[in-house]
Amino acid sequence: MSRVLIRGGRVLDPSVDHDGVADVLIDGGLIAAVGRDLPATDCEIVEASGHWVAPGFVDVHTHLREPGQEYKEDLASGGRAAVAGGFTSLACMANTRPVNDDPSVTKYILDRAAKDSPARIHPIAAATRGLKGEVMTEMVALREAGAIGFSDDGEVIMDAAVMRHVLEYSTLVGVPVIVHAEDCGLRCDGVMNEGIVSTRLGLPGNPVEAEEIHIARDIRLARMTGARLHIAHVSAGGSVELIRRAKEEGLQVTAEVTPHHLTLTDEANSGFDTSTKMAPPLRTARDVALVRRALAEGVIDCVATDHAPHAVYEKDVEFTAAPCGVTGLETAFAVVMDLVRCGEISPLELMRRMSTSPVRIFAIPGGTLVVRSPADVVIVDPAGEWVYEPGDGFSKSRNSPWAGHTLTGRVMATFVGGRLVYQARRGVVVQ
Amino acid sequence: MIGQDLLGIEKLDREQIELILETAERMQEIGTRDVKKVPTLRGRTIVNLFFESSTRTQTSFEIAGKRLAADVVNFSTGASSLSKAESLLDTAKTLDAMDPDVVIVRHRVAGVPQRIADELKAPVINAGDGAHEHPTQALLDMLTVRQEKGRIEGLTVAIIGDIAHSRVARSNIYGFTKLGAEVRVAGPPTLLPVGIESLGVKAFTSLREVLDGADVVMALRIQLERLAGALFPSVREYSAVFGLDRAKLRFARPDAIVMHPGPVNRGVELSNELTDHRPSVILDQVRNGVALRMALLYLIAGRPSALHRE
Amino acid sequence: MTNDAPPDPTQTQSRKPASAETFRGESGAVPARPPAEGVIPTDASASERIVLDDLRIRRALMRIAHEIIESTGDQERLYLVAIPNGGVPLGRILAVNLREIGGLEPTLGILDTTLYRDDLASRGIRPRLRLTEMPSSVDDCLVVLVEDVVNTGRTIRAAMDALMDFGRPRSVRVVALVDRGHRELPIKIDYVGKNIPTRPGETVQLRFTGDDESGSMEVVVQAAPPRDVSDGQGGSGKQR
Repeated sequence: MSRVLIRGGRVLDPSVDHDGVADVLIDGGLIAAVGRDLPATDCEIVEASGHWVAPGFVDVHTHLREPGQEYKEDLASGGRAAVAGGFTSLACMANTRPVNDDPSVTKYILDRAAKDSPARIHPIAAATRGLKGEVMTEMVALREAGAIGFSDDGEVIMDAAVMRHVLEYSTLVGVPVIVHAEDCGLRCDGVMNEGIVSTRLGLPGNPVEAEEIHIARDIRLARMTGARLHIAHVSAGGSVELIRRAKEEGLQVTAEVTPHHLTLTDEANSGFDTSTKMAPPLRTARDVALVRRALAEGVIDCVATDHAPHAVYEKDVEFTAAPCGVTGLETAFAVVMDLVRCGEISPLELMRRMSTSPVRIFAIPGGTLVVRSPADVVIVDPAGEWVYEPGDGFSKSRNSPWAGHTLTGRVMATFVGGRLVYQARRGVVVQ
Repeated sequence: MIGQDLLGIEKLDREQIELILETAERMQEIGTRDVKKVPTLRGRTIVNLFFESSTRTQTSFEIAGKRLAADVVNFSTGASSLSKAESLLDTAKTLDAMDPDVVIVRHRVAGVPQRIADELKAPVINAGDGAHEHPTQALLDMLTVRQEKGRIEGLTVAIIGDIAHSRVARSNIYGFTKLGAEVRVAGPPTLLPVGIESLGVKAFTSLREVLDGADVVMALRIQLERLAGALFPSVREYSAVFGLDRAKLRFARPDAIVMHPGPVNRGVELSNELTDHRPSVILDQVRNGVALRMALLYLIAGRPSALHRE
Repeated sequence: MTNDAPPDPTQTQSRKPASAETFRGESGAVPARPPAEGVIPTDASASERIVLDDLRIRRALMRIAHEIIESTGDQERLYLVAIPNGGVPLGRILAVNLREIGGLEPTLGILDTTLYRDDLASRGIRPRLRLTEMPSSVDDCLVVLVEDVVNTGRTIRAAMDALMDFGRPRSVRVVALVDRGHRELPIKIDYVGKNIPTRPGETVQLRFTGDDESGSMEVVVQAAPPRDVSDGQGGSGKQR
C-alpha cells in the first residue's frame, strides 16, 4: 500500500498557513500532492470528510523509561501510545537507567526505537553527567550520536555556575538546553501548589515562586551566554511574563506547556488522588488562564505532554510518597482541544503548537504537509467522543487524571512515513 | 450515620456535629458508673489501623470500643505487615476481607484515610492524617468547651501555635466556625499557612492581640525536632513570644479556659502552672475523648449491608 | 413517647437540641425538655382516639401509688426508675403521690434503655440517646420501673439489663400506665394504669395536650402509622 489518498478532510498545514478542505495524496512515504479533487487512481482511499488532516503531532517532552525501567514503559509501548494519540515524533528525556549521558546509550535508544517504535524517536541527552548537576556531558559526541537537545529534566541544575557553563558550551552544538525550572530549596517538600487548597488539604506546598525564580535565573544566563534555552512545562502565570519579556528582548528562549497545566487546577488534588500529582504541580485558576492565553498568543511555543508513566503500585501509596507524573500521549489532543472549543485558539494555530513549532525549535523533520516532505500525517475527529480507559490503552501505565473520563476529540488515523500505523477502529497496526 | 465515613469536620454539617456532641454527653454518664460497659456493640469488630503511632488516641478508641462491648483489634506499624511496600489498596482489601464494622485510621500523610475509605465497605474514622484533619480531637474539644461554657455560639476561640502543620487547628477551625464561634489563629508568620483566612478565621502574629477577648485559648504542640532552626529560630524565642503563662493569659477574658491536645511541651507552649491547674481543662479533654469516641462508634459502626430493614 | 415497638424516626428527629442546657436540668430533677418527644405532630388524616384523658391518668397514678404502698414492706429503700421519655413525668407524679399519701421519699432516677436495645443491629438509624441520671446506687433497693406504655416487653427487659449493670436491687417491679398486651417476652406488669386492647399496627402515645410539658397529658391511640420523617441518615450504604 504505497499510495494513499486522504479525501475531503479539512487540511490544516501551519507550515504554509493552509486551512481548508482538500485531499492529501501520499506516495512512497512522502506527501505527493495536496489539493482539491485529486484523482483517485491506483491508491487506497481514506475518507476524511468532517475530520481534520494535519501534520503528525510532535511531543518534545516524554519519559519512555527505556533503558532501565521497562516495567513502566518502553520504546515499543511508548511509541504505540504516541501514534494512538496522533504523535508521529517524540523526544525522550535522559533520566533513564543508565542515564543517557553517553553516546552508547543514545545509540541504544535509537537502535531500539527503529525496531520497536511505530513513532519516530529523538533522544534528548543529559546536560550533566548522571544528572548530578556538576559536570557537563560530552555534548558534541552526544549530538553526533543523535541527541537533539540537552536536559537534566527529572533533576534540576541548582548551581548557577554549572548552568552557565552548560549553556555556554551548548552554543558549540547549537541545540536547545531544556530546563526543568524549579528552585529545590523553595520547593522544599511541597507535593502540590502552595495556596488555599494546600492549606485546606494540609499537604506541604510548592510555591509558584520556585518556578518563577528559577526561570528568571536561567533566562538571565541565556542572555549572558547566547544559548538556546527551552523552558519545560510552564505552569505559573508569573513565568509567562518572564518568557514574554525575554522574547521581546530577542533572546532565544522558547517554552512548552502540558495539556494538564492547560486544563486542571490545584482543586483537582482535593481527593488526594496521586494521579493528579505532578511536577510542577497543578496551579490556580489564574495561572491556568494565563498559560492558556500565552499558548494562544505564541508566548508559549508548543504543547508537550511530559508523558511520565509509573506503575500502579508505585502510585498507590500515600500522597507524599508517590512519584510525580502522569501519562499524556493518548489523551493530549482531546484535552488541548478545550482551547479550540472555548474559542481561545484557532484550529490551525493549535496544530502549529502541536507540530510545526516544536520541530522548528529542535530542527527535526515533521510539522508540515508540503509536497515531498515525509508523510507524517494525523487524521482527527474534533468532535468525536470516546471514553479513556487506561487499561484498554497502549501505554503500560495507567496514571492519568482522565482515567474513565469521556473525552471529546479523537485520533482517527496516524501515518508515519506514509505507512498507516494507527487507526481508531483497529488500534495500532504493527508492521 | 451508620456506615458513613468520618474523614473530617470540613464535610460535616452543624446538625451532624450537634448529634455527635449530644450523644457524647449521654455517653459521659457511663464513665461514672461502677460497671463502665453497655452491650450495645457486642459482637462488632473495631479495627485500629495506626500507621503513625499514638498511644493516647489509640488507647482512647480502644477503651471506647470496649465500653461498648465491641472487639477491638489493633494494627500498628511494626506489629503487622504494614510497611511502605504494601500499597494502600492491598491494605484496604486485606482489611475488608476481615469484615470489620469500623476501621480507625491514623497516618503521617494527609489523604490516606480517604483513600482507604474509598476501597473499604466498612466505615472509616480518621484519627489524624498528616496536617489535614483530626476530627475526633476537634469534636472532643467542642464537647469540652460546650460543657465548660454552656454554648459555642458567639464565643471567641484563639488557637495558638504551629497552625501550618496542625490537623487539630484545621479541624477545630471548621468545627467551631460551623457552630457559630469566632475563631482566631496566631503564631510566627512562618507557621501561618498561606490563605488561612479563607477558612473563615482571623490570623495574628501578636499573642496579645489574639488573646484580647478570647473565651477559649487553645495552645498547640510545637514539633521541636522538626522546626527549630528552620521555621523559627529557637525554642527559647518561641516560648518567650508565643508561650502561655498566667501573666500572659491576663490578656484574655478573666473566665477564659486553656486547652491543649497534648502532650504538652511544658515551658514551651504552656507553663507548668497553666498545664496542671485551672483554667486548664486538658484532663477534661482526655476524659471527654473516650465519651466522644464512644458516641462516634455508636453512631457509625456497622456495615450497611448487614442491615436488613430501616 | 415510649412504645415498646422500636421508636420511629419521627420522634427522634423532630426535636432539635439547642444546647447543653437542655440536657442539664437542676440536679436530680427531670430535664425540662424530653417530654417534647412525646408531642407527636398530629396528623389530621390519621384516625386517633384518646383512651386516657388527664384526669384518668392522674387517678390511675394515685391508685398505683396506693397499691405500691400497700405491697411494699421496707419503704425506705424504694427507688423509682423512670424510663424516658414518657416514664419521666409519670415517675415525678408518682413520687409526689407517694409523699402525699404515705410520707415516703423515694429516690427518683432516670434510666435510658437505648443502649441495651435488642434491635439496634437491624435498624438503619441509631436512635438518639436520652438522659440517664441515677442519683444513688440501686444495691439492695426496691426498684420500681416506671414506663408509660408496655407492649412487647422488650423495653422492660432492656431496662432490667441496664439495672443489673448499676447494681443488685433487692427486687424489681414494673409500673405501666398502659398495657397493650402483645407480649413477646415473659414480662409481667405489677401495677397497671389501664389495659388497652389494640391492634399491632396501631401506636399508643403519651403526650402533652398543650405546648408546655407541665400541663395536662393524654394517651392517644393512632391507627395510621405516623408520618415517616426520614433524614437520610445511614441505611443504604456509604455516603461518599
